[in-house]
Amino acid sequence: MLSPTEKEEIVAAMAHYDLKKAAGIDALRIVQRHRGWVSDDTLRDVAAALAMDPAELDSVATFYNLIFRQPVGRHVILICDSVSCWVMGYENLLEHLQRRLGIGMGQTTRDGRFTLLPHVCLGACDKAPAMMIDDELYGCLDAEKIDAILESYK
Amino acid sequence: MQRPLTQNIRPNQPPLSLAEYEKAGGYQALRKVLSSMTPQQVTTAVLEANLRGRGGAGFPTGRKWSFVPMGDDAPRLKYLVINADEMEPATFKDRVLLEGDPHQLIEGIIIGAYAIQAPVAYIFLRTTYTEAFRRIDKAIAEAQAQGYLGHNILGSPFSVELHLHASAGRYICGEETALLNALEGKRANPRAKPPFPPVIGLWGKPTVANNVETICNVPHIINHGAAWFRGLSRVADGGTKIYGVSGKVKRPGAWELPLGVTIRELLEEHAGGLRPGLALRAILPGGASTDLLTADHLDVVMDFNGVAAAGSRLGTGTMVVVDDKTCIVGLVANLMRFFAQESCGWCTPCREGLPWLAKILTAIEQGQGAPEDIAILKEHTRLLGPGRTYCALAPGAMEPLQSALKYFEEDFQRHIREKRCPWRS
Ligand SMILES: Cc1cc2nc3c(=O)[nH]c(=O)nc-3n(C[C@H](O)[C@H](O)[C@H](O)COP(=O)(O)O)c2cc1C
Ligand code: SF4
Ligand code: FES
Repeated sequence: MLSPTEKEEIVAAMAHYDLKKAAGIDALRIVQRHRGWVSDDTLRDVAAALAMDPAELDSVATFYNLIFRQPVGRHVILICDSVSCWVMGYENLLEHLQRRLGIGMGQTTRDGRFTLLPHVCLGACDKAPAMMIDDELYGCLDAEKIDAILESYK
Repeated sequence: MQRPLTQNIRPNQPPLSLAEYEKAGGYQALRKVLSSMTPQQVTTAVLEANLRGRGGAGFPTGRKWSFVPMGDDAPRLKYLVINADEMEPATFKDRVLLEGDPHQLIEGIIIGAYAIQAPVAYIFLRTTYTEAFRRIDKAIAEAQAQGYLGHNILGSPFSVELHLHASAGRYICGEETALLNALEGKRANPRAKPPFPPVIGLWGKPTVANNVETICNVPHIINHGAAWFRGLSRVADGGTKIYGVSGKVKRPGAWELPLGVTIRELLEEHAGGLRPGLALRAILPGGASTDLLTADHLDVVMDFNGVAAAGSRLGTGTMVVVDDKTCIVGLVANLMRFFAQESCGWCTPCREGLPWLAKILTAIEQGQGAPEDIAILKEHTRLLGPGRTYCALAPGAMEPLQSALKYFEEDFQRHIREKRCPWRS
């Protein structure tokens, strides 16, 4: 069941397009913001709200990298694995991050605090290597800086 | 030196509010357009300014606008879509404008929409530009409240709605026809061209897609004229350009400079040269999908024609500097893994070919390459080249590979011979 807030936000999103179903991506992002991820049940509810076939909406949901169809941790780390960050030492940084969190790429820490995902260029190449945690961007990273940043997320 | 695009941008400060933007001369171009120019005159001004698209392909903006059907027989619904997807690796120039001066963008959009008589415009923004989203969202609300957006703008007969769409993260959305599918709420597979979007685009209606930097130039062309705009540049194409440099240089960053500076000026004067102890080996001049250049190309002029004459492309104008301690094979492998991952999967050569190439390149980098791999790589730069795939993603992926093989084949050979990466200790 979609919450009244979710429903309201989805209806508001529909107003931006000529066709209801065009708001599919917005709607998925809305429920994901409230729930962290998009479960099968949620997907069906969203499809119903848009008068769409759930399979069709799922084909859209699975196309995009940042619609999560599996549960994620309380915070999602997107580490940039593109070329400028690679030149600036992404590989060492990733190794440090994985050791420090005790997880591999695509995994979630046992305490549910972090999920680690690779992402393409974050548009912060002049501050490479870079990563995002939730909505915040961090640049010019090194191992020490990463440790301090992780501390600030509970 | 004049820097119209970044004149209002103050480092580490919030962007100008609507009132501040107006005080700095903002929305004067819009007033001029609505009070004294026909749509045709606006398009002509942009055409005469020699403004070429800043999204990578360099198509003349005024010409693109002139393809849109106009007059009483034209469809009532038309769209202007601003491409703010900026996911091309090594590219961080639109971010400067999106975060730095959202009202400049909005003013450009309203004027562009007027030129093609589009009642609806969209900004298609990549998800991870969260700060840009907040700032643009706020600026749109301000512009709306002030009567710059919506019905009968400034008392004129012209009306336009502006919507901000945040994408859900996929590089192919930047390709303009894939972007239209994404806006329609579909999987972002590209569409066949022709028909081109200015004739049949979003929901089948005439649609112009323009890059953020392109559209931000428009108010300045209107305010100061085409001749002034051409004079900003050192070459025939008009305007300034937001250039960027990343990699192991002393001062990585982005700067607005006259179109047509040389690679040497960018690298040495603006980026401060390489860090101590490093020497230049290669340059990726304009994003992931451009051919590598070498230290012999320092005097190449960074405009559309100059970089093309050197065998590469200006692309997004944001270059990566590759130093002598960085492995070129590793760099190309990294790029190919990116392209393989971001292939939309629609056409077979790209969907099957790119992952295979990424695998071969990764194997060579790790010392597990075979001598015949080089021939396979070369063959694919032809098989996945222009005209053989549904969109330009795969041919773009071949550009760094083919140039790496052209200038640095010995690096590939050494990995295979020595069964290891000579650049890793
Ligand atoms: C795979 C691919 C990705 C692209 N990504 C972008 C992008 O992020 N931003 C952009 O403005 N243009 C991008 N383009 C170019 C657009 O298709 C289009 O040419 C451009 O938005 C037109 O605007 P302009 O004429 O103002 O340059 C991309 C093209 C391809 C093939
Ligand atoms: S070239 Fe690649 S990205 Fe373009 S349509 Fe084909 S599969 Fe999709
Ligand atoms: S390559 Fe990492 S932010 Fe651009």
